[in-house]
Amino acid sequence: MPRFGMVIDTLKCVGCMDCVVACQTENDVPQGYCRDWIVTETRGEFPTLSLEIRSERCNHCDNPPCVTCCPTGASHVESFGKTVQVTANQCIGCKACLAACPYGARFVHPDGYADKCTFCLHRVKEGKDPACVSVCPTHCMVFGDLDDPKSAVSRLLQSRKHHTLLPEAGTKPRVFYLT
Amino acid sequence: MIDITTTRHNPLVDPVLSVWSWEIPVYLFFGGMIAGMMILAGINMLKLLKGERPESFYSVQTPILGFILMNLGMGALFLDLAHKLYVYRVYMAFEPLSPMSWGSWVLLLVYPVILVSALIRLPQAWPWLGERLPVLQRLSDAIVSSPGRMKLLGVLNIGLGIALGIYTGILLSTMVARPLWNSAVLGPLFLFSGLSAAAAMVHLVSSLVPGHPAPRSFLGGALAMLVQPLGERPPEPRTADGLVRADLAFLAVELVLIGLLFVGLVSSSASHLAAVDLLLSGKYATVFWGVVIVAGILVPLVLQWLELGHRIPHTILPAVLVLAGGFGLRWVMVNAGQASHMIAASGF
Repeated sequence: MPRFGMVIDTLKCVGCMDCVVACQTENDVPQGYCRDWIVTETRGEFPTLSLEIRSERCNHCDNPPCVTCCPTGASHVESFGKTVQVTANQCIGCKACLAACPYGARFVHPDGYADKCTFCLHRVKEGKDPACVSVCPTHCMVFGDLDDPKSAVSRLLQSRKHHTLLPEAGTKPRVFYLT
Repeated sequence: MIDITTTRHNPLVDPVLSVWSWEIPVYLFFGGMIAGMMILAGINMLKLLKGERPESFYSVQTPILGFILMNLGMGALFLDLAHKLYVYRVYMAFEPLSPMSWGSWVLLLVYPVILVSALIRLPQAWPWLGERLPVLQRLSDAIVSSPGRMKLLGVLNIGLGIALGIYTGILLSTMVARPLWNSAVLGPLFLFSGLSAAAAMVHLVSSLVPGHPAPRSFLGGALAMLVQPLGERPPEPRTADGLVRADLAFLAVELVLIGLLFVGLVSSSASHLAAVDLLLSGKYATVFWGVVIVAGILVPLVLQWLELGHRIPHTILPAVLVLAGGFGLRWVMVNAGQASHMIAASGF
């Protein structure tokens, strides 16, 4: 059984937001909301500044606090791909998962349930890439099985320096950023 | 220098998390107060078994008040839910790692215990109802006449009261993403705050509603049942003193626990330091120091100490202040906790 993850090359990402628009179109994300977004982070002291542009989303953590806090099991780890998903008709809208996520990756859908990135599981089951990956003009995003050492994501992580977001939270994110 | 810009603008999430408004502080406040009432009632039920005179205790009327407050608290919780029609899903599953799931099931156990506890007093306290439903008197007699049943009820009240009181704090403290809540002290803190609010509420209501004998009217009886003592005679003065003395102890422990919460957070990571700063000097400092610490704990401590020493007369002021402070604590912790967030320890 695969364990899906995503690798994003921050040296290629230009912050064009194609991924954001593709996600909103593919998943019918309500107006005013987003499941993925662009973060621009500048660090250092002038003139030695460094810049990173990243496309962020739910990290589909190996140790997801949003799943453990859910009182109904609506937030769960899907057996296929071990991704974190929400079953809308099991969610009571208590918002505990929004408070538990250190990445702010979730929001309350106008219909009342918790919503977030699904890694476009419906596309992945058909053998396609997630919408954001498929439209990226710089090909900075790669999606695949982290447990397969021959997959593109595994090879990139073996060969390139990378980081995850807030590793100190202990959530073990599965979205990696190449630097 | 670290400069971060984001295109994310999700409602209730950005710029700071604000998913829980007034409903959750109200729910936590009532939950803690009900827990405190159950513990006080349970202790007094066990005392009744040891031959204490029932007139001396507020043991058997607090469940009636607690039952009403519990419905108000659950109502607030229901209002907070964004997907209300699916609320039944909570009881279609038990998630052992979810504090909210534990709390939901504990509340399901609390309901019958608090209802049975309320039945002991209901027929005498509310004659209007007792005359129309004689079965209530038979149920009441069946419980009171059996020491075993009274003992079981007392133990259940204490056990479930502790579980409910601690749960209201644990619900928040397990969320690693909110540094202000990352403390094991939060459970005991909310428990003792609930106990002090319970003592204050019983004291306050007993001063405000009709006394003896129980009014026979529908409304008068309904109000009187909340606080009237068991038996024909009014409560002895030491009952009020007992509540004040208990409240003094609860407030003192609460103050120590708040101190420990601060020590733990201040000696932790940068995220925790930034979080505690929200209370020390940030946006929530005025409410925290003014309402929670000074008005809600220190002033009632002094006033009640003077009351016990008979230097000033008993008034409802300390009880009102304690209740305001108890709600203020939940309001500040829920709102400042949501505003607190993890700060990346290292860069890219």
